[in-house]
Amino acid sequence: MSTTHYLVLSAILFSLGVLGVLVRRNALIVFMCVEMMLNASNLAFVAFAQQNGNLYGQTIAFFVMVVAAAEVVVGLAIIVTIYRTRRSASVDEPSLLKY
Amino acid sequence: MSATSLLASGTDVGAEIVFWVCATLCVIGALGMLLSRKPVHSALFVALTMINLAILYVALQAPFLGMVQIIVYTGAVMMLFVFVMMIVGVDASDSLIETIRGQRWAAIILVLAFAGLLIGAIVNGLSGVPEPSLEAANSQYGGNLQGIAKIIFTDYIVAFEVTSALLIIAALGAMLLAHRERHTPKPTQEQRSIARFARYAATGELPGNLPPAGTYARHNAIDTPALAPDGSVVPESVPGPLQERGNVRPVDVAAEVEVDEISEGHTVVTVDDDEAGEQR
Repeated sequence: MSTTHYLVLSAILFSLGVLGVLVRRNALIVFMCVEMMLNASNLAFVAFAQQNGNLYGQTIAFFVMVVAAAEVVVGLAIIVTIYRTRRSASVDEPSLLKY
Repeated sequence: MSATSLLASGTDVGAEIVFWVCATLCVIGALGMLLSRKPVHSALFVALTMINLAILYVALQAPFLGMVQIIVYTGAVMMLFVFVMMIVGVDASDSLIETIRGQRWAAIILVLAFAGLLIGAIVNGLSGVPEPSLEAANSQYGGNLQGIAKIIFTDYIVAFEVTSALLIIAALGAMLLAHRERHTPKPTQEQRSIARFARYAATGELPGNLPPAGTYARHNAIDTPALAPDGSVVPESVPGPLQERGNVRPVDVAAEVEVDEISEGHTVVTVDDDEAGEQR
């Protein structure tokens, strides 16, 4: 399989993640879409690592995974905190700064 | 394709099958995440995508990352999502009302343009590149994991150490964010006991456990109220919902039927007359 196939798949997954962030209103689903984008970029890193014939891309993908895990923990804690005060997980609810 | 050509390009055909199956499932998972109303279904679709991505990593000669992908993403991250859904509410469906008019169509058009741009750039930029292989890099230090370890612990050692600080900060931050300050001191066991007996003095509410269903009664089914030692019915022993639905079984019906049967000569319980008299 050529690298192009993997990169096109990565681009499709990333675009679907972007679409989810733009159209979905549930904070949890928006967050899952962010994870999808991180995974798509990881796939691109791994595919480029194979194309270049060295393991640096895989190492960067590994670091992306670590950062994503830390980000998930903090993000979910923020969502839980917002849910406790506003009783809703919708991203439209926290709009107090608007007025 | 004939058998000989299949054999000649055996690995290529295998890689093609793996890619097309896993890529299809990945895109199906992403679409399912996007289109399903309930967050739990979305989480399961994302898990499908992540597992298939792990298989693709293995196919891309990155077995270590494939395993890490399964353990970290499907094992830890998605389970964390599901746990949070249990807190936030599993059936909190999305509202389909657009807060900004036309936003959905604008987003779809934008994303289609973005995807077209990305794919066009990739296909143009990567035409004519040599066939990729990681064999040399993977075998340089004896394996994929050893190669990655060599890079992490030599070239990226500072980044690796900073990562450990990041993980500790993330754990502390999550604890800080999810922590809830108590506004009143937590009542001790002594205080709760005093309050219980104060309620008993004021309202006559029993301070101990309620009798479980069926105590001293003839059946121990959940809808049979307990009998107090003096034979009176304890209605609190039947769970509240059953009482509200009127599903409480009258205790004495079975006993009365049995007494009638015995008096008519059908001996149901074979016990001595004296013992039976004592038991009644």
